[in-house]
Amino acid sequence: MAFAAFATQAAPVEAAPRRRSRMALFLLLPGILYLVLFFLTPLISLLLTSLQAPREFGDIGQYDYAFNWQNYVTVIDDYLPHILRSFGYALAATVFALLFSYPLAYFIGVKARRWPLLQSLMLVLVIAPFFISFLLRTLAWKQILSDESVVITSLKALSLLAPDAHFTGTPVAVIFGLTYNFIPFMTLPLYSALERLDTRYLEAGSDLYAGPFTVFRKVTVPLSMPGIVAGTLLTFIPAAGDYINASRDFLGGPDTQMMGNVIEANFLVLLNYPAAAALSIILMAVILIMVSIYVKRSGTEDLL
Amino acid sequence: MSGEAQAGAVVGGLVETEQRPTPPRPRRTRVTLGSWLLPLYVILAFIFLLIPIIYTFVFSFNDSIKSNIAWRGFTLDKWLNVCAVQNGAVCEAFGNSMLIGVVATVIATTLGTMIAIALVRYRFKARSAISLLLFLPMATPEVVLGAGLAAQFLAVGVPKDMITIIIAHTMFCISFVVVTVKARVASLDPALEEAGRDLYGAPQQVFWRITFPLLLPGVLAAALLSFALSFDDFIITNFNSGSVMTFPKYVYVSASRGIPAEANVVASAVFILALVIVVAAQVSSAARAKRLARR
Repeated sequence: MAFAAFATQAAPVEAAPRRRSRMALFLLLPGILYLVLFFLTPLISLLLTSLQAPREFGDIGQYDYAFNWQNYVTVIDDYLPHILRSFGYALAATVFALLFSYPLAYFIGVKARRWPLLQSLMLVLVIAPFFISFLLRTLAWKQILSDESVVITSLKALSLLAPDAHFTGTPVAVIFGLTYNFIPFMTLPLYSALERLDTRYLEAGSDLYAGPFTVFRKVTVPLSMPGIVAGTLLTFIPAAGDYINASRDFLGGPDTQMMGNVIEANFLVLLNYPAAAALSIILMAVILIMVSIYVKRSGTEDLL
Repeated sequence: MSGEAQAGAVVGGLVETEQRPTPPRPRRTRVTLGSWLLPLYVILAFIFLLIPIIYTFVFSFNDSIKSNIAWRGFTLDKWLNVCAVQNGAVCEAFGNSMLIGVVATVIATTLGTMIAIALVRYRFKARSAISLLLFLPMATPEVVLGAGLAAQFLAVGVPKDMITIIIAHTMFCISFVVVTVKARVASLDPALEEAGRDLYGAPQQVFWRITFPLLLPGVLAAALLSFALSFDDFIITNFNSGSVMTFPKYVYVSASRGIPAEANVVASAVFILALVIVVAAQVSSAARAKRLARR
């Protein structure tokens, strides 16, 4: 559904095409030029930066254009755990967000159809986390689940948690934070797919003696596939590049640093621009490859 | 990203519940597990989603001294004197974020609306290349967008300041505006504009008197969405802001030494304002739908 927005060629009105094409150019040119200048060229700039070599006798942060592809070997060598962690955490967060959101979206989109007011109220509640600062809501979780907090101390008192266990600073906390923060991105596309689900198909399924689980597996899930694909992509992509949740001051610790954290550190602190650029290119390339394979395999190519 | 686009639609009150033919009543009433388990789950899920929001709001009333971690008692002081802390650092950051948000929103909404109209109304070459160019910024992780722009500013030798932040924010907002407005343009009946032309309306008149008013709900939804995206953006800002403080950056920088309760005040106020706007938009769109249904 996400990408269908661009793909659907809503039958252009065909009238006097010659005279109109100048108008189309006038409408498109400023915006497209802007994106070429500030989106496309930066990507090329990033690619060139990733191949730079340090200037001879230069200061820290001084680099010359070169074809220094060893940068990629170096960053993979240095940061392989971070790279694997990024995609692992993002994958886990995507799965949890899907499991969390599907029943929620099903209720809003299918069960609550008879009450439009309740439906729109629930949609507002789903996007409510968007309205409070991303950083503050992540910090709120850090404080709610810190070692001294009521939640953790009472879990320990009930022996549900080992006395020396921590929550913040662990991979579990980072995955938890990523899941929480991207739940609305998962719920909304699922909702819009399920909202269009014709419940008569479900009835037909049970009339043909399928149990509730079979109906769900064979009818509901395939019909909501566009929502599942859009939602998982919308969760996975930002989660893989996120570095707030994994940051030491937020939910992460020294052993949970993701690619975003090392890109930030290399670019803004160590001034090692080529390393940061090479890592960014790797992140983007892996995401594009994974997305295209995933979209192909889930049989929803028309989405892109 | 339709998630964001839909968020924009909800914000703009565009999500109107469709009028469907009432489905025939199910023949048998089965007591399924879902009949009580699912509503219970939904209630718990909403509580879970709201916990950090409530926490942030409650701690904006905390009588804290420096860091806002332990509860020390209720006070209205932080709400009344938001700008008092750290010589008004919170308010300065908030002001910068507002300014950046407004300017980036105006530019992105203008450029994006023009593209959306062109995409729906005109046939032209390179359509798929343009669609890809509009889609890619939404499929690129923010850290790559931020590092890319920063690398370009570095290569060209542009110092980072307020302008570079506005450039960055406009860039990532355009695509979201296009998605949101496009839906509205597609649902617009071209016959209305034809009628305007038949009545000897000049092209500008037809646009400003007919097309634009009809597009306005979509444009407003897109503008609200852009503003929300810009206001809450941290990652891209962090790479392109130099020494300029925005509100999210202020929170990030202060996170290690404790965030004053005043930051919670600002976030809570923004939250309440956003909620009021969204509910008002929903109510007005519901009223509009009812009015149309009565005719």
